[in-house]
Amino acid sequence: MPGSVTQTTESAISVRDVVVNYDGRRVLDGINLEIARGETMVLLGGSGSGKSTLLRQIIGLERPQSGRVLVTGIDLAKAKPSEMKKLRRSIGVAFQDAALFNSMSVTENVSLPLREHTRLTESTIRLMAWMKLAVVGLADSGHLSPQALSGGMRKRAAVARALALDPELLVFDEPSAGLDPIVAAELDELILALKRAFNMTVVVVTHELASAFRIADRMAFLYQGSLIAVGTKEEIRTSSHPRIRQFLDRVPDQIADAAAVDKHFERYLEGSPM
Amino acid sequence: MNLPVVERVGGATLSQVEYLGGLAIQLWDALRSLGRTLPLLGNRNRWRSAVGQMLAVGVDAVPMIAIMAVCAGFILAMQGASELRRFGAMEFVIDLVTIGFTRELGPLLTAIAVSGRSGSAFSAEIGSMVVTEEIDSLRTMAIDPVEFLLAPKYLAALVMLPCLTIISNACGILAGAVFMRISTDMAFSIYFQYAVHSMVLRDVVTGLVKSLAFATIIVHVGCLEGFRVRGGPDAVGRSATAAVVKSTFLVILADVGFTAIFYLTGGH
Repeated sequence: MPGSVTQTTESAISVRDVVVNYDGRRVLDGINLEIARGETMVLLGGSGSGKSTLLRQIIGLERPQSGRVLVTGIDLAKAKPSEMKKLRRSIGVAFQDAALFNSMSVTENVSLPLREHTRLTESTIRLMAWMKLAVVGLADSGHLSPQALSGGMRKRAAVARALALDPELLVFDEPSAGLDPIVAAELDELILALKRAFNMTVVVVTHELASAFRIADRMAFLYQGSLIAVGTKEEIRTSSHPRIRQFLDRVPDQIADAAAVDKHFERYLEGSPM
Repeated sequence: MNLPVVERVGGATLSQVEYLGGLAIQLWDALRSLGRTLPLLGNRNRWRSAVGQMLAVGVDAVPMIAIMAVCAGFILAMQGASELRRFGAMEFVIDLVTIGFTRELGPLLTAIAVSGRSGSAFSAEIGSMVVTEEIDSLRTMAIDPVEFLLAPKYLAALVMLPCLTIISNACGILAGAVFMRISTDMAFSIYFQYAVHSMVLRDVVTGLVKSLAFATIIVHVGCLEGFRVRGGPDAVGRSATAAVVKSTFLVILADVGFTAIFYLTGGH
């Protein structure tokens, strides 16, 4: 059946058996994840665990090699361009480095989605953009260029832009990366406040534990392309899975790989090139 | 690298074919969204952006292209005159400059100048937007990057390259007039009478047709190099270089093709 597949479940996002390979390397290995409407799901995992790749799948920037991603019941791989456009308007994304357009002022950045997708008058667009900026606490910084903002302000401006079309789903890629603890905490509070005010489904990718435990309803823990645990904050906190324990207790991996060093020496002694 | 020669040749061929395929797909996407950049009919934001691009690609390039054309006009006239003088055929310098510019030098010089100025700028602009996730951000906002970024540039280049070519032709022919005035004391009015006489509409039109093809090459190679940036800021720099090198190369290649077609169909 082409086109949309209507689902009876209440999941905002459902990821089913998603496999992604980059250049023959398996980045996501059969991921299954259901995110309910109105919940805050934090995707937790170390660097290279595949959490950003999973995020790119959820927001439809990439297609899986196999498996399906359904957002509000619509299969992203089968969606018609018009459906995809509608779907994308209902997803707001705040990227890691804000991804504001440097050639435009902050207000123009926030107005862009409104200008592209609505037929509102210029003055209405200005007003709405200002309101979104006010929500994130940037009411009087709209005239500035993105370069003139601090890291935390840029991220908040990106949130304002993501909110521009009143999305049902808000997605954050590493909201606290590169921010000092105070500003990162402010951003956490902003996420919580937005959720309370607009009852949105929120997906956050992060490796910051404090931030994750502050904002999450449920968490999903990724390790080497697989989901090794999905559960509430308490379930994750009390998990006895060795990888999760290692992550939560901040235990470093063995950096020197003894086997690799041995093999290297053997090859060297045999006279083959390093 | 111990790859067998066949494998390497095959790999290189495949990557070239893949590149051309990428260009073709991008061209098709751009042609489909070109309508939305038109004034009145299309999206006014795209038209506004296209006007901005016209200023950057066209108007700002006028001084440079004018000077280049004047210099090339002098060069062509001097080189021609040193030979033609021996046969006492100085008035053929006028034909040389007029025909040389309208058919060939005007469009080619303009294309090379624009490829250096704007081709690299396109790839650097889009490439840095790829690096900072701005392109991804456009796509998640349901804004097509080809329509939003490329189409206005394409429209601007399609309008401005013929204009710049005409300016270049005029400057080259003007340089010929100054040269003839200095070297043989020929009055400007006589020079221009000769020039208009030797100028054929067909030559001017074929030159402008070429400039449209060159505009297509410069914009699409520049933007494709930008969209294909992967990695960090160093990749942006490399893409800008690649954009200029590849578009200049393809412009010359296309020029040979067009000139051959015009030559064969011209009934010489």
